[in-house]
Amino acid sequence: MKTYKFKIEGLDCANCARELEEALNKEQGLENVSINFFTEKLTFDTENKEEALQKLKKIIRQEDDEITLEELSE
Amino acid sequence: MTKRQKKELKKIILSLVITVVSILWLKEIPTLYLSFLLCAYLIVGIDVLKKAGKNILRGKMLDENFLMSLATLGAILIGETAEALSVMLFYKVGELFQSYAVGKSRKSITSLMDIRPDYANLLKGNQELKVSPEEVKVGQIIRIKPGEKIPLDGIIVEGSSALDTKSLTGEAMPRYVFEKDEVMSGCINKEGILKVKVTKEYKESTVSKILDLVENASNKKSTSEAFITKFARYYTPTVVVFAILLAVLPPLLLKSANFSEWLYRSLSFLVVSCPCALVISIPLSFFASIGKSSRMGILLKGSNYLESLAKTEIIVCDKTGTLTEGKFKVQEVKTEKEEKDAVLRYAAMAESFSLHPIALSIMESYQKPIDSKKVTEVKEFAGKGVSAEIEDSHILVGNGKLMDLFNITYPKEKSKGTVIYVAKNKTWIGTIIIKDKIKEDAYQAISELRKNHIQKIVMLTGDQEEISQEVAEELKLDAYHASLLPQQKVEIVEKYNQELTKEGKLVFVGDGMNDAPVLALADIGISMGKTGVDAAIEASDVVIMTDEISKIVELMKLAKKTMTIVKENIIFAILIKVLVLILSACGFANMWMAVFADVGVSVLAILNAIRILWMNIQ
Repeated sequence: MKTYKFKIEGLDCANCARELEEALNKEQGLENVSINFFTEKLTFDTENKEEALQKLKKIIRQEDDEITLEELSE
Repeated sequence: MTKRQKKELKKIILSLVITVVSILWLKEIPTLYLSFLLCAYLIVGIDVLKKAGKNILRGKMLDENFLMSLATLGAILIGETAEALSVMLFYKVGELFQSYAVGKSRKSITSLMDIRPDYANLLKGNQELKVSPEEVKVGQIIRIKPGEKIPLDGIIVEGSSALDTKSLTGEAMPRYVFEKDEVMSGCINKEGILKVKVTKEYKESTVSKILDLVENASNKKSTSEAFITKFARYYTPTVVVFAILLAVLPPLLLKSANFSEWLYRSLSFLVVSCPCALVISIPLSFFASIGKSSRMGILLKGSNYLESLAKTEIIVCDKTGTLTEGKFKVQEVKTEKEEKDAVLRYAAMAESFSLHPIALSIMESYQKPIDSKKVTEVKEFAGKGVSAEIEDSHILVGNGKLMDLFNITYPKEKSKGTVIYVAKNKTWIGTIIIKDKIKEDAYQAISELRKNHIQKIVMLTGDQEEISQEVAEELKLDAYHASLLPQQKVEIVEKYNQELTKEGKLVFVGDGMNDAPVLALADIGISMGKTGVDAAIEASDVVIMTDEISKIVELMKLAKKTMTIVKENIIFAILIKVLVLILSACGFANMWMAVFADVGVSVLAILNAIRILWMNIQ
């Protein structure tokens, strides 16, 4: 299990961030998803990065298509 | 303001102008009036309507945009166009303000943590290269000019300077550093040019450890935040269900009921259905507080610790390095005939070959240079002291056992601490008393903690009974436990854990080096980072970057104020919302009040939360 960190921009409101966080946490293969609305950071743990990223992007697109993601080096 | 915010502002102003014009001059011509109002409504609300449309397609019926659209469109249908327009306008103004305030506080909080170095001046041969701190390796030499941030931890190989440590420790006084001194990344070089040999890679350096910790701190959520998350999950659906019931039931059940009136009430419900005020302001309070504390030189590993700190009942402290300075210092020199300085000089000279802390403290206290050529025939007596020939005199420096060994009569010193006797040509000439000094700010810190309702302050130490007793009495502690082994410390903390009330918390304060098990056992483990920030971060929940015990008082006050603000916001927001819901249901509230309960409350709660940043904690 490794932790990945992303910059997440374009979140509308804190409540949307919370909803998105909840939706992502329900997904298998994505663990400990945390979205910090203030620092605009998204972190999650996963075994399989590629698969997790695909799921992540799909759900984010469903929620709001103005959200952008950018991976941060550790 | 960002581009997006400016665009929003323009729309709001345009819509507002049209609204005012139509209300002032067009009321007489109903069709024109109505179409102008609708136009103003669309200008300001089109984005909300579009998003709502998208969300319906995705099956998201409880989205804020959708509910707001439904409420205002509903109002237009029952002929309340002006009201629908003003609700949408006010909603957008509130949203704009919210995003502005969040952006502002995000900026001011991250600027509090602005310790990240941008570059390092790497020396390669005669060349100086500007590289990113990540590229520098251990052992390489970097140059730091006045005004620059120290990019990596290291040891000074050339130069001396004053360092501004304010952004790390909250300490305004500059720290003077010289060759061979260790320097911490994140400090600002104020005066001279320094050449520093790097001892840690960027990833391991103080600055990146601190940044990492602070950035991840708000991921560890407090129970208040967990409560808000839960509340938010049920709040919107519940309000929406009530809104539907309100629109459907009374017209069905009551003969006199007017459908459009009950629909109006139901639509007001929808306006109040977003839990935004709480979802934003509560995490913001913790985030602001973590940012503020890092500015004060206190690092927190999570929001949850602020919550626990506010409930502290018992504080258990380590002695050496926490309550005392952890350094031996000459407290007193007692003589009868000789000058005090002469006694100290003999002692310093005789001890000048030793590296024992006691010897070092004597030399430090003497302060003048020592000509070690004048010292000959130094002999050590293990556990007793030393003898030496100094300027044709036979000098003995040591404890009572050494004096007894040479059959010297001396006045037995009764005070606690380490006692060193000095004899010259077999006659006692003076006594030096050495003690570990209590930190100057400890006295006030302890009394301040009591004022802050800490019920018990206890000291644990591996040191001997008499010295511990003196410290405990001097600081008026509630209890002390001396001569402890690490395992016994754990047992004692466990015992104190039993004394806590159900909600109460126990704090352990130590130097972070030898206390790992106790730090882990306590509800909140606080360590003094001066002995090594990375070790302290590893071992504890809260790190105090300076050696000051008084920081704990500031931290407690900050924690309490944060929790007060959090509670204020929770109670205020829920109260207003419930009140407006009840009033709407009974027909006493209009949509204006509903929109106030939504965005108005959010704005007020945000302002209340960011108050933390400007609060005076001392």
